[in-house]
Order: sequence, then C-alpha cells, then structure tokens
Amino acid sequence: MKKAILALEDGVWFEGEGFGADGEVFGEVVFNTGLSGYQEILTDPSYKGQMVCMTYPHIGNYGINTADSESSRPWVEGFIIKELSPVVSNYRSEMTLDQYLKKYNILGIQGIDTRKLVKHLRTVGAKKAVISTQELDPKKLIQKAKKSRGIEGVDLVKEVMCQKPYVFEDVMPMEFAWGDQQKKGFKVVAVDSGVKWNILRKLNQHGFHVQVVPASATAEEILAYKPDGLFLANGPGDPAAVKYLVATVRKLIGKLPMFGICLGHQMIGQALGGKTSKLKFGHHGNNQPVMDLKTRKIEITSQNHNFVVNIESLPKDEVEMTHINLNDKTLEGFRHKKYPIFCVQYHPENAPGPHDSDYLFSRFYDLIEKSQKNA
Amino acid sequence: MPKRTDIKKILIIGSGPIIIGQACEFDYSGAQAVKALKEEGYKVALINSNPATIMTDPDLADATYIEPLTVEFLEKVIIKEKPDAVLPTMGGQTGLNLAVEAYEAGVFKRHNVEMIGAKYEAIKKAENREEFKRAMQKIGLDLPKSDFAYSLEEAEKVAEKIGYPVIVRASFTLGGSGSGVCHNIEELRTTARTGLDYSRVHEILIEESIVGWKEYELEVMRDTNDNFVVICSIENLDPMGVHTGDSITVAPAQTLTDREYQRMRDAARKVMSEIGIETGGSNVQFAVDPKTGRMVIIEMNPRVSRSSALASKATGFPIAKFAAKLAVGLTLDEIPNDITKYTPASFEPSIDYCVVKIPRFAFEKFEGVDDRLSTQMKSVGEVMSIGRTFKEAFQKGLRSLETKRFGFGGDGKDKIFDLTLKTREAYLQFLKTVPQDKELREKIFAYAKIPREDRIFYLKYAYLAGYTTEEIYKKTGVDPWFLAQLKQIIDLEGELLAAQGKLKQQDGLMRKAKQYGFSDRQLAFYWGLQEKDVRKKRKGLGIKPVYKLVDTCAAEFKAYTPYFYSTYEDEDEANPSRKKKVMILGGGPNRIGQGIEFDYCCVHAVMALKKMGYETIMVNSNPETVSTDYDTSDKLFFEPLTLEDVLNIYENEKPLGVILQLGGQTPLNLAKSLLANGVKILGTSVDAIDRAEDRDRFKKLLKKIGLRQPANGIATSLEEAHQIAKEIGYPVVIRPSYVLGGRAMEIVYDQTSLKKYMKHAVEASDDQPVLIDKFLEDATEMDVDLISDGKTAVVGSVMEHIEEAGIHSGDSASVIPPFSISREIVEEIVQKTKRIAKELGVVGLMNVQYAIQKDQVFCLEVNPRASRTVPFVSKTIGVPLAKLAAQLMVGKTLKELKFTEEIVPKHVAVKESVFPFVKFPGVDIILSPEMKSTGEVMGIDKDFGKAFYKSQDAAMSHIPRKGTVFISVKDTDKPKIAEIAREFHKLGLKIVSTKGTAKVLKEAGVPAEEVLKMVEGSPNLSHWIKEKKMDLIINTPSGKGPMLDEGKIRSLAVSFNIPCITTLSAARAAVRGLQAVRDDDLDVKSIQDYHGVKGKP
Repeated sequence: MKKAILALEDGVWFEGEGFGADGEVFGEVVFNTGLSGYQEILTDPSYKGQMVCMTYPHIGNYGINTADSESSRPWVEGFIIKELSPVVSNYRSEMTLDQYLKKYNILGIQGIDTRKLVKHLRTVGAKKAVISTQELDPKKLIQKAKKSRGIEGVDLVKEVMCQKPYVFEDVMPMEFAWGDQQKKGFKVVAVDSGVKWNILRKLNQHGFHVQVVPASATAEEILAYKPDGLFLANGPGDPAAVKYLVATVRKLIGKLPMFGICLGHQMIGQALGGKTSKLKFGHHGNNQPVMDLKTRKIEITSQNHNFVVNIESLPKDEVEMTHINLNDKTLEGFRHKKYPIFCVQYHPENAPGPHDSDYLFSRFYDLIEKSQKNA
Repeated sequence: MPKRTDIKKILIIGSGPIIIGQACEFDYSGAQAVKALKEEGYKVALINSNPATIMTDPDLADATYIEPLTVEFLEKVIIKEKPDAVLPTMGGQTGLNLAVEAYEAGVFKRHNVEMIGAKYEAIKKAENREEFKRAMQKIGLDLPKSDFAYSLEEAEKVAEKIGYPVIVRASFTLGGSGSGVCHNIEELRTTARTGLDYSRVHEILIEESIVGWKEYELEVMRDTNDNFVVICSIENLDPMGVHTGDSITVAPAQTLTDREYQRMRDAARKVMSEIGIETGGSNVQFAVDPKTGRMVIIEMNPRVSRSSALASKATGFPIAKFAAKLAVGLTLDEIPNDITKYTPASFEPSIDYCVVKIPRFAFEKFEGVDDRLSTQMKSVGEVMSIGRTFKEAFQKGLRSLETKRFGFGGDGKDKIFDLTLKTREAYLQFLKTVPQDKELREKIFAYAKIPREDRIFYLKYAYLAGYTTEEIYKKTGVDPWFLAQLKQIIDLEGELLAAQGKLKQQDGLMRKAKQYGFSDRQLAFYWGLQEKDVRKKRKGLGIKPVYKLVDTCAAEFKAYTPYFYSTYEDEDEANPSRKKKVMILGGGPNRIGQGIEFDYCCVHAVMALKKMGYETIMVNSNPETVSTDYDTSDKLFFEPLTLEDVLNIYENEKPLGVILQLGGQTPLNLAKSLLANGVKILGTSVDAIDRAEDRDRFKKLLKKIGLRQPANGIATSLEEAHQIAKEIGYPVVIRPSYVLGGRAMEIVYDQTSLKKYMKHAVEASDDQPVLIDKFLEDATEMDVDLISDGKTAVVGSVMEHIEEAGIHSGDSASVIPPFSISREIVEEIVQKTKRIAKELGVVGLMNVQYAIQKDQVFCLEVNPRASRTVPFVSKTIGVPLAKLAAQLMVGKTLKELKFTEEIVPKHVAVKESVFPFVKFPGVDIILSPEMKSTGEVMGIDKDFGKAFYKSQDAAMSHIPRKGTVFISVKDTDKPKIAEIAREFHKLGLKIVSTKGTAKVLKEAGVPAEEVLKMVEGSPNLSHWIKEKKMDLIINTPSGKGPMLDEGKIRSLAVSFNIPCITTLSAARAAVRGLQAVRDDDLDVKSIQDYHGVKGKP
C-alpha cells in the first residue's frame, strides 16, 4: 500500500491509498455523479486542469478499452475514488484502470470518504487541490494547493486542442450506435477546443463530412474550407480566457449556420454579447434533467461544466432561450432569432450518459438544409 | 400536463395474501398509491383481501373493501362505489390478472370504468409471450430463440428445433410458476405439463437456454409526455437460470461500461414506448452474454413490482407514489423530488453506495422439497443492505437474514455438508486440511455449481479448498467481479485469523475489517474472544460506525429525508436531535411465521407515537415493507437487526427507549442482551418475557393463575425424552424451546418417531432443550389477543380455530367471535387471560393460546408480544390495537385512550391461511404443528357461513356451489363423514369416493360414486383430478409417513388447482358456507361501514 494525501486549499485534507502513478499533481477538484463511464470522463479534454472525484464507490470494474475513449489520452490531473476494483470484468477490456493511469502518469487516490469530500465541495464550491504520494505532510500540501495556479482566467484550450487540421471519419461500432448512419450531405468545420470524439462520431453519423481545425484557426481559415456549417466544441477551463475564439465566432455570425456544445455554447453566448460566470460546483454527471421549452419534453442529459452563460446578459431581441436545467433553472440552450445558430450547454453526444438529446444533431442538419433553401 | 379532472374516484386493486412471489411490497406500493391519489384530491376506493396490510387501514382510503379478489366481488365493489377509473398496476400480478379478467368479462365497460396506469392492450402485449415477442422483434430487440406451444406434442417439437437445454415459461403466471430449465425430453414433459396447466391461456414459451449469462434489470418510469427515466439498474450475482426473486442482486449494475449500459437504457425506453405503458413504473429484464456482450431482452412487467420496491428503497425514489401520480396525468417534471425538495422527479437517481438484496428461503419447513433454485421463485422473503462497498453491504445482508449467520462465514455457523465448524480450532483445522482432501474439495466444487440457498457459502469453501477465481467462474457463472469481492473478504479473514493473540495487529486490522462488513461476532470468533470484548476493544480504538444518508443524488444536493445506513468512514450525518424519541425494531425479512403482520404493528406504533410528538426511529432490513418507507418514521435506519447494529444506533441516537414487542420474535430475541447492555426496553419487562418463555417459570405462572397445561416435560437427551414421553403418554407434541412458527414442531405417536425426531431437532434448537407436551386429541384451539397498560387489561378478541389443536395456529382458519364454544368457557378464557396479563405486568400486547378438550381449558402458550392476529383483530373490532399498545408503552393508560371494554362485533370475520404448496411440487399439503402458510386473507360478513365462504374465495380455495366433491377420509374420521357428505348431497353436489369411504356413505344412505385409488388400476383418481372432473377434494390424512397414495392425491390437487380440504372441521365449515350462500347472494361492505366510521373528507 502506497500512502497518498489529497489536500484542498481551504485546509481540508484526506489520507488515502495511491494508485496509478506516483508524484504530486495540482488541479481543481470537482465531482462526477455518473454511475458508469469513468473511461469517457478520464479522456474528456474538458477535464484538463481538474481532478475528478467519482461519487460511485466502485471504480475500475470493467477496465479500459481503446474503443470507448473520448480522445487520444486521459486529461484529468488526478482521479479520486472510494475503491479501485481488484479485477477487471468485461469482454471488451484491454487493461486495468491502474495500468492505464500509470501509462499516462496520472495520480489516483482511493480509500477516502468521497461522500464527505463531495458534501464539502457542494457547500464551499470547487477548490484548488493537490494529490501527492511524495509529500505526506498535509500542512505543507495545503500551502502548496493555495499557491497553485487554478483554472480561472487560464486558457487551457491551447493545451488540449489539435495542432493541425484533420478530417475525422470514425463512427460508432454498429452494436453501440443508436440511430442509423445518414447519407453524407453537408460539410462542417468542427473547431477543436478540446472536442470529444463522440461529438465528431455523431456528426459523421448524422450526415456530415467533418473537418476538424484547432481552436486557434481564424475565420478566414475556416471559411476557406467552404463549409456548410460551423460546429463549436466543448473544452476545458474558463471561457473568459478564450477571447480569440470568441472573436472568430463573432466574425462568422451571419456567415455560417452554427451549433455549439458546452464551451462552444459559451463562445456563441459571449460572441453575442453575453457574460459567463462560474457555478458553485458545476454540473458533472449523467442525470441532469433539461427541458426543451418548445416541446416541453424532458431530456436526461450528460453534463460537464463549471461555467454558465447568464440568461439576463444575452440580448433579448436576438436570442431565444430553448433549454433550461430543471434542477437549478440555469440556461442550458438558446437559439438566435435571426441567424441559423443554436447551442446547448450540455452534451447531446453523451459518452458517458443517456442518448435522449441525439435529436440536436439532426436539428443542426435540418437547420443547414433550411437555411440553404431560404438563401 | 396537469392532472385529470374528468376522474373523481379511483379504485385500487390490492394484491391479496402474501404468497411466494408477492409479499409486502404491494402493501407498500398500494399504501403509497392511496396516499398519493388522495394528496391530489381524488376519492379512493380499495379492494384487498389481506387484512394485515396498512393499505386496508380504515383511515387510509375513503372506502376499503376487505373482500375476495375475484371478478364477482370486484364487480360488486364497482357497483357500490361507482369509481371513474381503476388502477390495476399496484397489486402485483394478482391485481393485474384480476383487472384483465374483469376487462375480458366486460365489467369495466358495463360500469363505465377506465383502466389507468396500464391499458388492457398494453398489459396483454407485455404479458402474453407471443405478443411480447412480436413486439420486441418489431422494434429490433434481440431475444433468446423461442417458440410457443399449446400442447405437449408441440412443446417437444419446438424443443427439438431449438436444442436442449431449453427453458419453459408459462404465460400469465406469478413468480414463474410452471417454469423451469429442461435438459432432456423427460424434464420437458413434466415442466411443460405443469406450465400448460398453470397458464391462464394454456400457453407456454420454450426458449433457448441462456443459463449462465449475466442478468440485469432496469426499473423505469414513463409519463404521458413520453418522458422516461431509469430509477435503478440492478445486476444479479447469480447468473441467468435462477429466478431474479431468488437471486442475490446488486444495485447499481457493476460490470457494464457506459456504452453497454446506455444500449440497455435505449432498449428499455423502446420497450416502454412499444408496449404502450403510458404512465407509471415498469421493470425490464435483460441478459448479457459475458463472452460476446450479446444482449437479449427477457421480459418486462407493466406494473410496480418487487424490484421496484427494492429500487425505491435502494435509491430513495418512491416509484409507486410517483407512478400513481403519473397515472392521473401528471408528468415527471411536475412532481417534486421529496428528498431534495427543490429538484423535480424527472431525473435519474445517482447513488454513492452499494446495495445488496439477499433472498430468504424456508425449505426446512417442507419435507422432501427440491431446494435447487431455478426459474420458479421459491424464496419467502428478502433483506436489503446498504454499504459504501459491495463487501460491506454483502456481509451486512447476510447477517440481516435471520438465519443466525453473522457475515460471510467465520461465525461459528459454518457447515460444510455434515461438518460443522463451531470453534476457531475446527475452522483452522478445516482451512489446513481441505486443500489436501481431494474428495472433500471436489465435493465442495461440485456442490457450488448448483444454485441453492447456501451456494454462496460454498463459493467461499471452494476458494478455501484452493480453487481459483477462473475455475470457480467457469463452474458457476458468477461474474469474476463478484468473485473477486468475495475473495477480498476471504483474504482479509485469513489475516484476521492470523492476528489471534496479537493485539497490535488486531488493532491495526480493526477498521479495515469493519469496512469489509465483518461483525464483532466474526472478529470474536477469529480472535478467540467474546463479542462484548471485541465491542469494547473497538470502541476503545474509537472505531464506531457513521451513518450516511440515502439521498437520490450522491450528495449533489442537500437532502431533507432522514434515511440512513451505517458504514465505517469519517463523516457522520445522522445528526441526532434532542427531542424525546422512541426506537422501534422491525421484524426483518418475511419468512414463514413472521411476516407483514408485524410490519403492520410497527408502522402503527410509528404513527401513534409521531402523533404524540415523539421522534420515531425505525430500524429494519426488509425492503418490501411500509416501515422502511422513508415517509413512515422520522428517522429510518436500514440496518441488520442484530445486537451489534441495534446497539450502535441506540448509542448514537440515545432514544428514551426501544419497542421490541411489535416486530415479532426477531427483536424479542434481542431483549435480554439489549437489556444487559443498558438499553431501556419499553413495555412489558424482559423478566415477564422470560417468565412466559422459560418452561419452568411458565409452569409456575400457570399454576399461580390456576390454569391447566397439557402434561409436559423438558428433555436434553434422547433418554430423557423417552422417559418423559412414556410418563405423559403418546401422542406428544415435541419442539425445541424458543422457536418461531412452530419450527421443527411435531406430533409424535410412538418411540421410533421420537428417536427420529431427536436426531434432527438439535440443529433447530442450538443446544437448547426440547419441550415435550401431551398432545390433546380432538381439542378446539382458541387464540386471545389482549392489550394491557399494566393495571387494566382488555381482550381485543377471542378467536376460535376451525382446525383442531395440533395444527399450527398460523395455519388454522380462525373465527371472531367463537362459533362453537360455550359462553361460559369463553368468559373463563377472557378472565384467565387478563389475570396472566396482570401477573406478568404486561404493558402493550399479549397473545395466549388455549385448547379446549371436553370443556376443559388448557393453556398452550403465552406470547408477551404482538401476535400475527393483531391486524385481523383490529380490523374486525375496529380498534387499532398496535397504535394503542405503542401509546401504553410510553405511559398512557387504557382509560386515557378510552378503551376499557371488550368489543363484541355484530358481524363475523374469518381469517384463512394461504399456503405456498403450488411452488413446491410433490410436497404433501397436510397441516401440522409446523407452520407452513405464507399469508392470510379475511372474509367478513353477517354470519359465519358467509364469512367463511368469502374467506375461502379470497384464499383461492373456492367452495363450488355445484359439481363434484371427492371424499376420502382416514378410518377414525369415517364415522363422522356421513353427516357431512349428506349435507353436500342435499346441496346438490355429486359425491365420489374411494372404496372404504364409499361403503360408509352408502351404508348411511348417501349416494356416492366409487372411484379407483391410484394403486387399484386405471382409470383412477389421478385421472379424475387431471381431467378436472372434481371441484372439491375432502381428504383427511391418516398420519405422517412416507408418500402414500393420499399424499399424492393432495399434491396433485394443488398442481391442478382443485381446492383440497384436509380436516373434518374445515369440511363442516364448508358445508355451512354453502348453506349460507344457497339462497342469499353475497354482498360487499366497506370496513368503514362495518365500524361506522367515515373516510376523512
């Protein structure tokens, strides 16, 4: 057994057992309430800069397989769980969680009262923290956590985006693809600010040729692909720190139909003059109820965000609210009244999470189709 | 969508008596539904034949009918109540089937009643296997290969095509009746025959065996707006092949990746849309091939179920309550989540703990029963336990079972075939030798393959014998993830054993051991200590459990519902208040002898004490119950009912006292040890309990009161037993002391049987002596429930049993008021019972049993606790005895409660018992001192005959008004049978008899057709039964012995669903029933009307 300490900047600390890699890492601690899907969470680039605590106690049960990854590598800074499974039981598993984290030099800590941690975060909000297997003096670690950089105001997108443009052609394997493969009709440029692969897989499935570009691509570079639409992806960190992308989006409003997810939603919001703010402890899980205000239907959604677009900050005459979170009534989606632009704060591509919001990809396709007809 | 306003009154159908496959969970769902609908402003009427339910309490629904669940009575209730709608999805399979039958009979159309919750078409589509299969194929879901058969020949053909092994499933049955795995044509023929017979539509499905696959269940809800949520996923530890009710199951699913889980969720959603369950809760079962991941759908239930009750308790999400609200048109987003208050019900619960459900069996009650588990459910109850990890929850679950186990073995109760490991030394010896003992280890490994009640322990023994996870997985199909968890427990046990005598190591291991769910009792065993030493040591180390909240959201939001489980971690959330509070111990898992009646009493105590301003703390481990609804008590602890677990809560909460006498024998058994640990016991003193239970002290007590007792003695050896039996004379009743439900109680007629009995009685009694009583032949048994405040005592009711003394009181039909015993004797019983109460200083409830032989009163036993009959008596006399008792226990007097005089009801009520024989083919159905019934029904009417007739209808043992009665009785009954047969003849029934009885009847001038016995050639009796050429069987047993012709007749009667009466007294009662309904049609009347109370406006 390898001792490990998790210390938060506000003085709370936990002693547990280390797994995965050894060392010392910093990040903001958040919790995720999903009962399954740790592999997708680990590989979601939006978690860059964060350490994730899983609320479900048994983690690692089904191991890790390459097919279910959401990007080329895990991005979390640290992984906090109650208990690591001693074995792996799944026909698709290729390695254990422990082996995987070691491979990518990521620290895990297990054996702590994760519920106590979650209740604490729920009360005080997300906190900067450190996990260490080297320094075991909690007092020193608390000081280190305090001094760490945190994620507010930091541009983490640059650290996770692709470096060069590429065409994405991967699709879901038949047995797990819900819905049929649509004939490809439109080309979309997907701005990679930390995009999850399932978004790209879903775009493919819903009839798009997918051209991926880094978040640093300029409006001109994007338009040079002559796309039928623009897709704005999820991504890590503080949306206020990604001003260059907001500027790009602003330039393209009115020029291209747009669909944004998560950070993409926040980019569109800001480009239209809205403001973002940080939630106390964010939404991270697979069970968030969202209502489509038009159909009054409820979607159980996959979410992972710390920041939201403030409803009041958006120009009322230009923007119509389309989705809200039924738990805390925060904004979950809006559309532009004049231009073919819409976006959601949550993850219709799920992975992990329910497939209830899949219709949004078709909606994007239909929107482009309609806008081209009208043009 | 707002709720419907075109509906004003709704009729809810209950589930009837507790039977295997249908237990208290439907009282829980029914009671929730009544409350939910009333909350929304609807008038609610209710029909249920089971008096021991909270849902039939007169102040719950507006009109409550304790009437048989048959189309006939349902229609009568509808005529009287004129409901706008009927909600059939709360009463289990019974409720659903009744609704289908009523619909098909045109009842709903005739009276303009709408089915809500699930439409007729939807039920048909879900329940009829052919329609279901078609529907699933339509939406592209994979199913096991299968086909239907409507005859034996067809069945054989289909099985041939699919290839053995195959599974046979009967359409429209309960708990998998008439289902089973068949490995060859012989097995197929037997199973298919029963299956065809059980199916309401004579249809069976024969399907590809997917035995050994992983089994999953999703509990889902859908509203009128097509909003869909999964409340809980469940993964079975036992792979496919064992009925899910008999499996150890775990929530949430453990070994599915998110992709695999979401695929299952999508499938469940499609199923709901296709079947058309517009509103409410359902469950959908899946199987997954562990090698390829191929997922097939097994079945869906278009109603709330046992697993939805489990899911509700496992997550804190009240499925039945919300299902009722959805049925009247509300949508999920319009219903607030009770627990978080500020978030809506339209979400999927997330949990941050692990839940384990373990079934409870009662095979020891049924001689010659096949105890292998299969697709037909055999368990009688279940426990649920919660822990932060599977290991913790699993060991807690095992000690919740009330099977005297304290965890996953290592508790002094391990038994490997005939080898018992009572001591640490024996255990160590076994550990040392078993890996080398080739014969034993192979025997263990072979035994572990077949699912049985104790298979889980053999998985451990297989590990101890040196088998690897891989080997055990291949043999048993139990998923390696579960096996690895078990292995972790076993490995830690090894470390614990090695720490004996090493104090420092023990201290070092203590916390981890507790986190793995080990009990103090197990640690004491490993370390050669007493439980109390371990407790002291543990507390000295500061290792105490903390209590965590069940909050539906994994701590994401603040929760307002105090629903807790224990674990060994840092933060305690129990937050004990400083209010005056009372702790109530529940009854644990349902089993024969202890069931819903005690939960009813506990719930009543909670209600009464809450009303008085006490904070109520409920402790129980049974997920089916109303007592474990977080809505019931102020604080709920979902914990095992052992000394350790109860003391932990007590010390944390510091209530002013604990109520033990309402939860049956389970809490009462803890009385002495709780007292010794300084716990304040409310109500009747522990000493008084001992005076009633200790044989010697009991003898003295009766002597003091001036009550006769059958001659008796106590024996600790075979020799002593012989001596006593000789002195008092055969026949004798023999039993171990301190038992429940007549466990191992037998009437012994001679020395040989005595010897045989003594051989297996020791195990049932844990080295306690056996009690030997003179058996009173031809005596009438009486039962009295009494309530007392220590000074004043009032008899709730005196009940007369229909079956004679010698048949367990829990299995007899019982009647209020007495119908054949003289007023003088009844009065004597009343007075003597009161004197016992006074002498013992009873505060609360007490039950006394008497036998009347030749006008002499004998006292059989005194139980200073609430009895099984409390709800029956309460509903008959219109006084909630358990509520009053709880108030007395905190100092109220009967005078203050205005209950000082006996109530003589103007009506007659009959309680009839209901038996599980149909689940145990081949078992003889005769009644004995060993209790075998799982549930009860009540018939209530103006006179005895009508009430009895109704009770038989309710017990699904319909007395035919016309047709054929088969009569065959033992020699000693022959002189008395003619008068009974004559009455049947007069009532227009045809009589058929075997030679001996026919001769007696003919001599007495009663016409009777003769039929051959089975041994006499063909066609014989068995053909008559199989062709259903008889409508009633009267057959009294000639004595307990090997399976005789008569035993076969009786079990065949059960298989072919022909009512079978096994005592003359019951036959006489049947005659009176028939006479009563001959000219006068039966009427229905609500409980509120019987007692002159109006439902609350």
